[in-house]
Amino acid sequence: MVHTMAEISLQNISHSYQRLPNGSADYALRNVDLTCRKGGAYALLGPSGCGKTTILNIVSGLLMPTDGKVLFDGEDVTTHPPDQRNIAQVFQFPVVYDTMSVHDNLAFPLRNRNMDHLQIEERVKDVAEMLELTDSLHKKASGLTADGKQKISLGRGLVRPDVNVMMFDEPLTVIDPHLKWELRSKLKQLHRRFDFTMIYVTHDQTEALTFADEVAVMYEGEVVQVGTPDELFERPTHTFVGHFIGSPGMNLLPCTLVDGYPLFSGNRIQLPSPLPPVEPDQRLEIGIRPEFIKLDPEGFFVNVNRVDDVGRYRIIKAECGGSLLNVYVPEGVAIPSENVRVSFDPEHTQVYCEGWLHERKEAA
Amino acid sequence: MTLEFQSVSKKVFEETHIAPTSLKLEPEVFNILLGPTLSGKTSLMRLMAGLDKPSTGKIFFEGVDVTKLPVQKRNVAMVYQQFINFPNMSVFDNIASPLRVQGLPETEIKMKVGKVSELLKLTTFLLQRRPAELSGGQQQRTALARALVKEAELVLLDEPLVNLDYKLREELREELPHLFSDTGATVVYATTEPMEALLLGGFTATLREGEVTQFGPTHQVFKNPLDLETAKGFSDPPLNTMQVEKNGKSFLLENQGKWDVAQYASVPEGTYTIGFRPHHLQLHATDENNLKLSGEVLVTEISGSESFIHLKSGNNRWVLHAHGIHNLQPGTNVEMCLSSSNCFLFDSEGNRVTDI
Repeated sequence: MVHTMAEISLQNISHSYQRLPNGSADYALRNVDLTCRKGGAYALLGPSGCGKTTILNIVSGLLMPTDGKVLFDGEDVTTHPPDQRNIAQVFQFPVVYDTMSVHDNLAFPLRNRNMDHLQIEERVKDVAEMLELTDSLHKKASGLTADGKQKISLGRGLVRPDVNVMMFDEPLTVIDPHLKWELRSKLKQLHRRFDFTMIYVTHDQTEALTFADEVAVMYEGEVVQVGTPDELFERPTHTFVGHFIGSPGMNLLPCTLVDGYPLFSGNRIQLPSPLPPVEPDQRLEIGIRPEFIKLDPEGFFVNVNRVDDVGRYRIIKAECGGSLLNVYVPEGVAIPSENVRVSFDPEHTQVYCEGWLHERKEAA
Repeated sequence: MTLEFQSVSKKVFEETHIAPTSLKLEPEVFNILLGPTLSGKTSLMRLMAGLDKPSTGKIFFEGVDVTKLPVQKRNVAMVYQQFINFPNMSVFDNIASPLRVQGLPETEIKMKVGKVSELLKLTTFLLQRRPAELSGGQQQRTALARALVKEAELVLLDEPLVNLDYKLREELREELPHLFSDTGATVVYATTEPMEALLLGGFTATLREGEVTQFGPTHQVFKNPLDLETAKGFSDPPLNTMQVEKNGKSFLLENQGKWDVAQYASVPEGTYTIGFRPHHLQLHATDENNLKLSGEVLVTEISGSESFIHLKSGNNRWVLHAHGIHNLQPGTNVEMCLSSSNCFLFDSEGNRVTDI
């Protein structure tokens, strides 16, 4: 099936819901630059109120941004109304016509476009097959379960030949865990086959990371970092990203720098190479993920407060020098009953200055 | 407080919502009801609260028959999925409301509300506000504070975290067991998510279509499910399964392979199902006793630190959950292995076969 998808580009978008914004606190979005290349899968990830849905509404044309431009394939569409943008959207709650059959639900957007009858039948049949809805085509939509209805919402987008971008606003919220796995992998398979441009909004890191080629992490109206899932996991550029991604998130431990190496609670922490110095009053923290801390008899001592067994792995809730830290222990690794010592993987130990990644000087 | 169901069932017209259930909850800890939507979690809670009357059977609190006792006369607190607070009252008055109903003196109310709001991190500033001016997390903290301040003997939490952000959920989930641990309350917590049950610990009852399939300490139910439905319900990603034929001393796999396990050598011939969890399916062979399997990659999901590889093996669809990043392309053939000690064997009725 042929789809015409577009590259979506947001240029320096700011948005305020107030008519006369006064200062940056009045803005729900601040200076957002984001390009979603044609055929790419993108996710916007962040807590409630961070501006994710505002971005979706700006892309779809429901909102006109206070400042900045929206480009589709280089063409400025900032002032175009939604019906001229050719967008398909799947919402948190399935939107289906309950009284119509599954078939008619899927055919509806094409009938509205006065497509030829035979062509409609062909496209509906193809989409139903992709979504494994063929057997329910003649059932009433009202009889379907939540995941079936969500497939129809998706199908109504897929069936259209003219879609520039497909957008998803927390589409798996009402789906049970088992079916989430099925729908998510289905979506990923479809994306691989048809290369739609997709933007997926969620507060759930697992959904964002498994779905997208690139994830934009948002916090209080700003895009903090855009990166591939492993970049965000291994090298967050801000402590918020470190905390928000991972479960539990990155450990943040106050430290000082001595000869370019962090000193935490009297322990010198190893890095691949020394770091440049900072100003004396700047706040420094070590960022280390629970997964990159290892039980190590040669390491430094921590007090164990508690061990949480999650079945597949355990998390040691430990304390050292007044800081709390989580340590990930895989199945099959024994935790000593006393004198628990740990070490940090130097390759995955980050230092943050005032919240931002303190970079090593690259050799010229 | 002890709570016991004796052959309790609930029918609404001709439809069975709860099949005859006998269950004795563990007092003073978290009791988790784990099951998909419409498996009967809320129906069970409504019966516990006294909001609904059972069609058959009896309910006992501390050995006393309360089957006919209405909700007002049971000492119960309930928190729902939706954030429910009195919109016209301040957060302080919301939390204080059950104490005012009890007619406690204002000084005592002030002290008690102060104590629980501190536990739930509701600052003096927030206490003066109306619920609508609070974030979702703070609204649910208010509802939890009201349940806590009442000092009810039975606290029912019906998917209380489901409408919160992932990170807030993580935070509150960690606090919850500690909040209630000193109160002596018996807590019942409904969830659809296996991970949530494991993180909360305590005891778990797995539900399916109005029936409790197993009840016991959470980790024991997870590690030792007694039937296929429980194993499936308590696995996320979903449990992988394959059918095998017992023939002589060995099991024959669909791919013509053989599985010999001394432990099961004497089980009768016939069709069985092997169930195994996605994280036990491995990409690299480690020892001789492993079961060798192969499959074709359908799609790979990578979460930054973990990979979920969806595969097709014969007629089975499996997920392999590996630590680290393994970006396997669709269509790739992979050899996998599985340790027999990580396999559950079920008979054709779905009952677990253990050592014979």
